[in-house]
Amino acid sequence: MFEIEVNNRKIEARKGEMLLGALRRNGIHVPTLCHMENLFPTGACRLCVVEVNGQRNLVPSCAFPVYEGMTVQTHSPRVVRARKTIVELLLADHPDDCLYCVRNGNCELQKLAEQLGVRERRYTGAKSAYKLDISSPSITRDPAKCILCGRCVRVCEEVQTVSAIDFIGRGSKATVSTAFEEGLNVSSCVNCGQCVVVCPTGALREQSHVKEVLGVLNNPSKFVVVQHAPSISVSLAEEFGLKAGTDVVGKMTTALRRLGFQRVFDTSFSADLTILEEGSELVQRLTTGGKLPMLTSCSPGWIKFVETFYPDLVENLSTCKSPQQMMGAIIKSYYAQRQGIDPKSIYSVSIMPCTAKKFEAQRPEMGSDGTPDIDAVLTTRELARIIRMRGLDLAALEPQGADTPFGERSTAGKLFGATGGVLEAAIRTAHWLVTGAEMENLKVQAVRGLEGRKEARVKIGELELGVAAVNGLGNARKLLEELRAGRSDLHFIEVMTCPGGCIAGGGQPFNGDAEAVRARMQALYKIDRDEEQRVSHRNESVQRLYKEFLGKPLGEKSHHLLHTHYAPREVVM
Amino acid sequence: MVTAEKDIEEILGKYPNASRDALIPVLQAVQEARGYLSREVVLRIGRHLKLPASKIYGVATFYNQFRFQAPGRNHVQVCRGTACHVKGSAAVLESVKRVLKVNPGETTKDGEFSLEVVACIGACGLAPVICVNGEFHASVTPQKIQDILDSYRGKAR
Ligand code: SF4
Ligand code: SF4
Ligand code: SF4
Ligand code: FES
Repeated sequence: MFEIEVNNRKIEARKGEMLLGALRRNGIHVPTLCHMENLFPTGACRLCVVEVNGQRNLVPSCAFPVYEGMTVQTHSPRVVRARKTIVELLLADHPDDCLYCVRNGNCELQKLAEQLGVRERRYTGAKSAYKLDISSPSITRDPAKCILCGRCVRVCEEVQTVSAIDFIGRGSKATVSTAFEEGLNVSSCVNCGQCVVVCPTGALREQSHVKEVLGVLNNPSKFVVVQHAPSISVSLAEEFGLKAGTDVVGKMTTALRRLGFQRVFDTSFSADLTILEEGSELVQRLTTGGKLPMLTSCSPGWIKFVETFYPDLVENLSTCKSPQQMMGAIIKSYYAQRQGIDPKSIYSVSIMPCTAKKFEAQRPEMGSDGTPDIDAVLTTRELARIIRMRGLDLAALEPQGADTPFGERSTAGKLFGATGGVLEAAIRTAHWLVTGAEMENLKVQAVRGLEGRKEARVKIGELELGVAAVNGLGNARKLLEELRAGRSDLHFIEVMTCPGGCIAGGGQPFNGDAEAVRARMQALYKIDRDEEQRVSHRNESVQRLYKEFLGKPLGEKSHHLLHTHYAPREVVM
Repeated sequence: MVTAEKDIEEILGKYPNASRDALIPVLQAVQEARGYLSREVVLRIGRHLKLPASKIYGVATFYNQFRFQAPGRNHVQVCRGTACHVKGSAAVLESVKRVLKVNPGETTKDGEFSLEVVACIGACGLAPVICVNGEFHASVTPQKIQDILDSYRGKAR
């Protein structure tokens, strides 16, 4: 630690850090575009420039190490002018489309223009013409709004190790695109949406289902049901200015009813169901010499990743459908029967933290007899838009409970929302399946937290299992390489596509920094701490579902409705 | 599956180590051998060098020298050097693009024409100039393009 002087004031800096880090910690706001937390700085956008004594040119603070005795000016007229010019140049080749743009109101470019006081058009250039790419079921690319900050490219390559997109061409013709500038749907993209969450503008956005959903909500011949994923209730609050990590499950349920959904179900219910199926599958594989380690299959980006990059490991994937799909399947079978509703008149919507869920819902494997399990998927952001559109004040709503029977859940199902949660829930139920008794201490500390990989050895009766939870596909890739190289001490591996799990999914609110993600995680842990029903197998509605309809885990009906299989896929990679 | 062909395998064989430094020389050698970089070949190079296709395509498009479509039966070069520029080569290029309905680096759907923009063909006295299959056309105007190109249609080079 030493002192440096910034804007004629002394602040503390840490040896070896970049100037930007010290500035931020001390509450000095310097705008950035290309900078990304935890990734190596590229110094590409130059928006973060500052004046440093003894340096003739302005220096990018994100890539400039601190040193003792330095003096810095972060907002001198020269610096501000330089930043303003950068933004003005970006705007010169940008469509004046804010009124119609999905990012209107939360766009970083808009905000920069505002902060820097851009009030007139000083540069006019020919606007480049680009094609909209709507080929992906998850993501729309609108290169006209791209400001070439490179964040999407870096997240895709460095965090997810997918590299579906890159800088193409150069100079005024440079764009971000896929190999051969083809549609995202034929590229190696796994639909995770991490590029969307990091994009500062409207250049990347989810393929929206808002219109379809509003349409059916106004169609009296449709029975419209909705389910919400475990992480939604702890992240939606941020869209309405509430503190990160506020659990709004009751208010959200009320909002969903006000919007016209006839039934509100909780995906955590089908997470419990997943645990019974997946736990049984694990026990079966362990006892009958099945393929191990078993890999979880609830994260659709991850499944596509295995199908694309590790076809030799497809058989290790659990055959379980994801909780979203299980819920969809039982709504259109068991529930429809019970209520005497024609499954074809049911329109099943899910609220997901995820863009890959939109892809998953339209996979041909995910339905029966030509009827899809799920009809539309809304991200957390899209739900927030609809709530605002309908003029509902989320914070002021009186909380309500979910509908029966798929509103009941254990806290284990809720834990699915964070990395390690599926594993923790599975360990609890596997213990009961194998030993017939509950674990003494249900909390499995070793698999909690935001680290990219968590490994543990757990004792279940006589068995000792090697388990791991990884999040972020780059971390998954490292572990898969170890498996390929012959590592054999692991039995069960949970993988979440997004770094941190669903709480940081590609459909979550923008500007969710590490702190917000941690708060969302803590909210889930708090629910698990405070509530009584903490294991999936004690979910009575799940038990009834087996008694009345499914029979037993891995039974005939489960096989037909709740399981599927995956196959290698060929894409441009 | 990505087809492995002898000429390509030979080139790749000279760069046994997957290394990013090999990318440009490999691309150059392939373009030299094949006249362009086909999709299949790019994917093959990617597997060999352990590089994603998007990266190879990105690097290749950074340089003007690489083509991704097979050359047409007639190859049209439009000079965009300084002398030609001064004499209106921008409008000439627009006209060629309009007539052929392709952009530089592309080949018409029927395989008849491919279009390339070159920096200077060294025929500044004839500006603005276009060159079809090695034959120079001097002092062209946008209006003349249709006739010039039509005269090559159906003729092989
Ligand atoms: S991306 Fe931002 S600046 Fe561009 S049109 Fe949309 S809101 Fe406006
Ligand atoms: S969705 Fe994920 S895999 Fe696809 S381009 Fe974006 S970051 Fe890459
Ligand atoms: S698409 Fe978005 S994140 Fe990617 S380079 Fe363009 S502006 Fe940046
Ligand atoms: S944020 Fe520092 S150069 Fe872009």
